[in-house]
Amino acid sequence: MSERTLYDKVWDRHRVATLPNGQDQLFVSLHLIHEVTSPQAFSMLSERGLDVAYPDRTVAVADHIAPTTVEGRERPLADETAETMLATIEENVAAAGITYYGLDSSEQGITHVVAPELGLTQPGMVVACGDSHTATHGALGAIGIGIGTSQIRDVFASGCIAAEKRAVRRVDLEGDVDEWVSAKDLMLRLLADLGVDGGVGFVYEYGGSAVERLDVEERLALCNMSIEGGARSGYVEPDETTVEYLRGREHVPHGEAFEALAEDWLSFASDDDAVYDDHVTVDVDGLAPMVTWGTNPGQAVEITEPVPDPATLPPGDREAAADAIDHVGVTPGESMQGTPVDVAFIGTCTNGRVSDFERAARVLEGRTVHPDVRALAVPGSQRVKRELEASGVADVFVDAGWEWRESGCSLCIGMNGDVIYDDELCVSASNRNYVGRQGSKQGRTVLASPATVAAAAVEGELVDVREVVG
Amino acid sequence: MTDGATVPTVTHVSGRGVPIRGDDIDTDQILPARFLKETTFEAMGEYAFHDQRRDDDGAIHGDHPLDRHPDGEVLVVNDNFGCGSSREHAPQALQRWGVDGIVGESFAEIFHDNCTSLGIPVATAPHDTIARLQEYVEANPETVVELDVENERVSYDDTVVEVTISDSMREALVEGRWDTTELLRSNMESVERVHESLSPTQR
Repeated sequence: MSERTLYDKVWDRHRVATLPNGQDQLFVSLHLIHEVTSPQAFSMLSERGLDVAYPDRTVAVADHIAPTTVEGRERPLADETAETMLATIEENVAAAGITYYGLDSSEQGITHVVAPELGLTQPGMVVACGDSHTATHGALGAIGIGIGTSQIRDVFASGCIAAEKRAVRRVDLEGDVDEWVSAKDLMLRLLADLGVDGGVGFVYEYGGSAVERLDVEERLALCNMSIEGGARSGYVEPDETTVEYLRGREHVPHGEAFEALAEDWLSFASDDDAVYDDHVTVDVDGLAPMVTWGTNPGQAVEITEPVPDPATLPPGDREAAADAIDHVGVTPGESMQGTPVDVAFIGTCTNGRVSDFERAARVLEGRTVHPDVRALAVPGSQRVKRELEASGVADVFVDAGWEWRESGCSLCIGMNGDVIYDDELCVSASNRNYVGRQGSKQGRTVLASPATVAAAAVEGELVDVREVVG
Repeated sequence: MTDGATVPTVTHVSGRGVPIRGDDIDTDQILPARFLKETTFEAMGEYAFHDQRRDDDGAIHGDHPLDRHPDGEVLVVNDNFGCGSSREHAPQALQRWGVDGIVGESFAEIFHDNCTSLGIPVATAPHDTIARLQEYVEANPETVVELDVENERVSYDDTVVEVTISDSMREALVEGRWDTTELLRSNMESVERVHESLSPTQR
């Protein structure tokens, strides 16, 4: 069992009791909810005659079904089921006294983008949300736990979840990478190496030279995809980068109170003599930009590498690889470069933050989207959108021929009307390339960094972004 | 499906088997995202494996294991079943379709917890054991597969195999403590103590 890691410290601070089945009762210091997985939990709560125990520790957003055009956001929404969903969360949060960033709020956005940027997420917290990408909050030294709807009911009713402590795997990413190789590329490398189930039963503590250099937005992208590797939570230890990111944000104190709090935050970092259950080191030195070739996020290669021949893979992976190659229509032995692209998408809780769009804009500057490509830019929050509009980055996207949208989950999950059609291939700065994920069951998704997506949008095919900007 | 006051025990489940082959079957396959727009779980049973069961024109083609074994109650699956999103809609869909228990090589963590919350036992066994069981129920669809939760055993016809159910799930199911709301609420004084002990901006 791990000892004196951040995970142990945060767990100990939030542990209420040990339950009869050996699980721990864990207090949730920040409960994030959204319109899709909360309505049934509210219903269960009221069926039992219970109230929300800690409405002040609960924050709601509308993100999954949020239309991303200005006209589309007019109420009532054209999609009746989506309108019902919004009306339901509005009623629920009003009755419970929960802060809500709805479609008309200037702070609306994707829950995992909004909570960090408002300083709601802080080091040492337990953050729970009915969304598997809750691991994102680990970037700030919190423990993010994705939960199901019955567990949301539990948090509403008691402020707690029943949870099992997991083993801690230290994951060191070591080496120097090019400026066009981002946290997304590092993560796709890790997923390719450890597999999409390699982290089941583990929490990932990310470290090493390639992680320490990352700013917080990049760390958010890294931790975000922990679940894609099977790890329900992943985190980076808080350091000065974390403290400076949080300084001045809405929900943190100012002045001396901030300094005192920052000291507490830093104390959550794992001790020098911390004990880990497992330790993995991944050499990322000289890593090229990564892309997925298949239908799970671990089926990924460097853009310069060939797609593997299924026969060369471990026996258990061969059938899935062959099916994936068939679905996506790629050729084993050849690289992904030159694969024609129909749609390009930048956004999501993985890559929908200011620096993601800034980096992509450096690729797009003075270039235009290929005529055969539909390109969609969806800021992760309205705050991100405002910042990018004020700095001129939005103009770069618009001038290059991108659709510049309002914030939401959008084409990551295709619930809001933003979808791909038929067998379109979408190069996507999102987190999942599952069959059907973007709204068409014949559709194909290639996961990549925002810079690689921007380069592909310009060229009309998958390319090595370093050659486009070089 | 409980009012929380009395939680039934789940000591064993049994029924015909449904072999669903393939590793890493994700929640988007089990329950496509567009069906998440409903604010209740009531209709989810109709949507289980929706897209894989249908032709492009929307008609059920009949080749999917759920349709070849329409009376099945015990799924037999492979590695990392239920990976992907946290949507409880996925196990809700399977339960409402008729699934009472799942036996497989391994399960994604959130899916596993969601099954606990719904009183659906999930048991694991090595690849070869699962492959044999899948072949057997494929060839003998009438066979009743019994999952003994308490003793961690699966039996079908003359065969009995050992399986593993996590201690926490087994205890919760066998003792009837899988609906945790009242259990957690019974400690509210301690909850409040932890709450008060946190930094002011974190409580």
